[in-house]
Amino acid sequence: MFSFIARRLGLLIPTFFGITLLTFALIRLIPGDPVEVMMGERRVDPEMHAQAMERLGLNKPLPEQYLDYIGKLAQGDLGESLRTRESVWNEFLTLFPATLELAIAALFFAGVIGLLAGVIAALKRGSLFDHGVMGISLAGYSMPIFWWGLILIMFFSVSLGWTPVSGRIDLLYDIEPKTGFMLIDTLLSDEEGAFKDAVMHLILPAIVLGTIPLAVIARMTRSSMLEVLREDYIRTARAKGLSPARVVFVHGLRNALIPVLTVFGLQVGTLLAGAVLTETIFSWPGIGKWLIEAIGARDYPVVQNGILLIACLVILVNFVVDILYGLANPRIRHQR
Amino acid sequence: MSLLQIKNLNVRFGDANAVPVVDGLDLSVSEGEVLAIVGESGSGKSVTMMALMGLIDAPGRISADALTFDGHNMLKLSGRQRRRVVGKDMAMVFQDPMTALNPSYTVGFQIEEVLRQHLGLRGKAARQRALELLRKVEIPAPESRLDAYPHQLSGGMSQRVAIAMAIAGEPKLLIADEPTTALDVTIQAQIMELLLNLQKEQNMALILITHDLAVVAETARRVCVMYAGQAVEIGQVPELFDVPAHPYSEALLAAIPEHSEGAERLATLPGIVPGRYDRPQGCLLSPRCPYVQDHCRQQRPPLDPQVHSLVRCFYPLNQEVA
Amino acid sequence: MTTPLAKPVSTPATAVDQSLLYPSPYKEFWQAFSHNKGAVAGLMFMSLIVFCALFAPWVAPHNPSEQYRDFLLTPPVWLEGGNWQFILGTDELGRDLLSRLIQGSRLSLLIGLSSVVISLIPGIFLGLLAGFFPRILGPSIMRLMDVMLALPSLLLAVAIVAILGPGLMNTVIAIAVVSLPSYVRLTRAAVMGELNRDYVTAARLAGASLPRLMFVTVLPNCMAPLIVQATLSFSSAILDAAALGFLGLGVQPPTPEWGTMLASARDYIERAWWVVSLPGLTILLSVLAINLMGDGLRDALDPKLKNAA
Repeated sequence: MFSFIARRLGLLIPTFFGITLLTFALIRLIPGDPVEVMMGERRVDPEMHAQAMERLGLNKPLPEQYLDYIGKLAQGDLGESLRTRESVWNEFLTLFPATLELAIAALFFAGVIGLLAGVIAALKRGSLFDHGVMGISLAGYSMPIFWWGLILIMFFSVSLGWTPVSGRIDLLYDIEPKTGFMLIDTLLSDEEGAFKDAVMHLILPAIVLGTIPLAVIARMTRSSMLEVLREDYIRTARAKGLSPARVVFVHGLRNALIPVLTVFGLQVGTLLAGAVLTETIFSWPGIGKWLIEAIGARDYPVVQNGILLIACLVILVNFVVDILYGLANPRIRHQR
Repeated sequence: MSLLQIKNLNVRFGDANAVPVVDGLDLSVSEGEVLAIVGESGSGKSVTMMALMGLIDAPGRISADALTFDGHNMLKLSGRQRRRVVGKDMAMVFQDPMTALNPSYTVGFQIEEVLRQHLGLRGKAARQRALELLRKVEIPAPESRLDAYPHQLSGGMSQRVAIAMAIAGEPKLLIADEPTTALDVTIQAQIMELLLNLQKEQNMALILITHDLAVVAETARRVCVMYAGQAVEIGQVPELFDVPAHPYSEALLAAIPEHSEGAERLATLPGIVPGRYDRPQGCLLSPRCPYVQDHCRQQRPPLDPQVHSLVRCFYPLNQEVA
Repeated sequence: MTTPLAKPVSTPATAVDQSLLYPSPYKEFWQAFSHNKGAVAGLMFMSLIVFCALFAPWVAPHNPSEQYRDFLLTPPVWLEGGNWQFILGTDELGRDLLSRLIQGSRLSLLIGLSSVVISLIPGIFLGLLAGFFPRILGPSIMRLMDVMLALPSLLLAVAIVAILGPGLMNTVIAIAVVSLPSYVRLTRAAVMGELNRDYVTAARLAGASLPRLMFVTVLPNCMAPLIVQATLSFSSAILDAAALGFLGLGVQPPTPEWGTMLASARDYIERAWWVVSLPGLTILLSVLAINLMGDGLRDALDPKLKNAA
């Protein structure tokens, strides 16, 4: 098992350097003069221009600039935001829990409903329920989620008034950010009704963000389950006199989950991309909204290293999924 | 009172008009008896046993005048009641051991599961019993095999594990569906020997489905020959081999290489088993039978007692010996 | 799909039973495709969209940028206050929604089509190279693609637009770059599968040059998954373009791009649902139609892929 993890880890290193190259190139590819673009004004005073070039290290040869960049990254220095003068790393750390909370809620929503719908659809193959699940999931898969968010707001928030329109919590509450996770922080605080309010704020964004993963997971679970149910070992399990529930869930689902898990991992990328849109629609203070605002404000250090951090996140999650895949599938684990 | 009593079993896939895969089968097995069922692929051997185990699903329909096992009417049992019998008193070993074991669980888990389900054994007791079972099926170094995954075992080893799972509930009837077909020739004899030893030791009934007549001759006391979903001859082993009464039995025996020494070619029966759409009106063998008469083409013969055996033929062979 | 007319047969005795002949590949494909009802429905809807896009100036009842000041936020015709002049109503500036949606189909199809073409060609080329040179060049190309895949597609597109600045052309480039890795991977995988086949060895032995091997011998046998992928990335291109437009990073207003229209409609969510619903519904239906077609194509072209989600 250890060598399995080490092997996968080894594969990550070139990918990581590739990404640093990409984010490094990002700023150098901006058409026009980088200083002018960053300052948002033309004809900067030559002396100030030279100073800025010096400060940003843009006057050195490219290889040296890249080495400087890597050196800074190695020291954990991700630069500071041009707007807030706050370190990019700190901003990321403050905002990331919000995105993580949203993503976990969305995956939970998508995973529970998707698995259940997929399993039932497979068991009742060809039934009305099956066709319904397949139809809805195809629509969900094609969904422009920024529009879906607006429609849900229009219906649940504007027409019915059930859920709030934006943010993580009502301004009435003053919640001390202990963990950064609003659901946990509201529970820790003694403000009455704060937890419920936080949940109400979370529901719609989680549904919106979870829609595409839900569709993918439901479809994948169904097809994988159908395949597994045809296997000989399912017949063996039934011949043992096990209950149908045990046959389906212990013997069937366990094996059907292996490909679903991979898809789950792939959805993390989709999820982060979706977070950009979802956070924008619901004014959710997470890293997606942060990045878009930084782009709007030409806050290049944030754009550059925000993208680096998100890419690392995706790589990390895919790595964890890989390991889980190995745990779930003994045949992979024992591979040399 | 026999252990297993099957009367007029029909299995169809599709509506009531569909051609039956098992067609009016009568069969009985006594306690401790070894019965072989032979016939070519698609003759309904496995489906009969699947029907008995309750493993036939939705488009499949089962009907029978009687399907009694160990005093239970298997047709009337609820799912829950049947699951108390299936896997315990009546167990089955399948053809391909490499796919019959769940790849995600250890050997130990899959054996202990049966012990928990039917004997209520848990934890250490279950593990201890699983170990004994592995010893019983003669698996070397059983301690280390308990935590092995199926993909780490050879085919013969997997089949031994499957047998261990099947005998875990100390069944009164073990059904072995071509248990050696998927294995190497050298392993086949070992597995057969193991099955027969276990059968004697535990005094359980054994239904052996096979198309290997050599195996039948060595192992079974009684044999049922099936053709196109029907039993065509049921008789004692030495007699049926020496003086087959049904033309199909005769043809099967003639196709064994050992029986046809000196012949240039193995004897074959021309034609193929009738399919869904070309079932003859009369005897199902009539298009292929070398002894066919006009009468055979019009009417289906019943399964009647003849000199040595029950035979489904208007003109049984080898009757003069009596 | 025209079946060539059978030549008059001079000797009836040699007439061949038509059912015994192999059907032409097109006919066979069409039979498999038309068997899938969803795919046919998708094809019909897409034909409608393509028709609208091609003949937009004649189909659209109004000029999409003409502002009817007296008809701000007119509801669709079936609602109270609706007006036959504006069948789907008007937006906040009094522009006809239907005309803008029709005009928008031009943009969406243009973006989808051009980004697919722009990424398909280098994608296939890189994939072929990666497949044919498995020692150094191949792995380096694949590592590069891994890097691109590490970023979620929309985020990568956002990053590219952030560098190049918003606009139609940059949207196309960003989306093309984003869909590049999947073509490269797919082509390489297909090429690796084909290279071991005997017909490739035979062509090699016959002295086929490398370009000939690549483009004439191997490539045609790798096309099925690529066609399917092209369809699917066409739909995700439309989706991503709309998302970029919605974020204000894509096509800029007042151009009637579907996503851009949604972005400006957000403020009217409480007053004029049609301004919000209709552009999104159009996106959803188009993407759905293309995905349905893609499913049908996949089943018809490559039955092996049927179970891949």
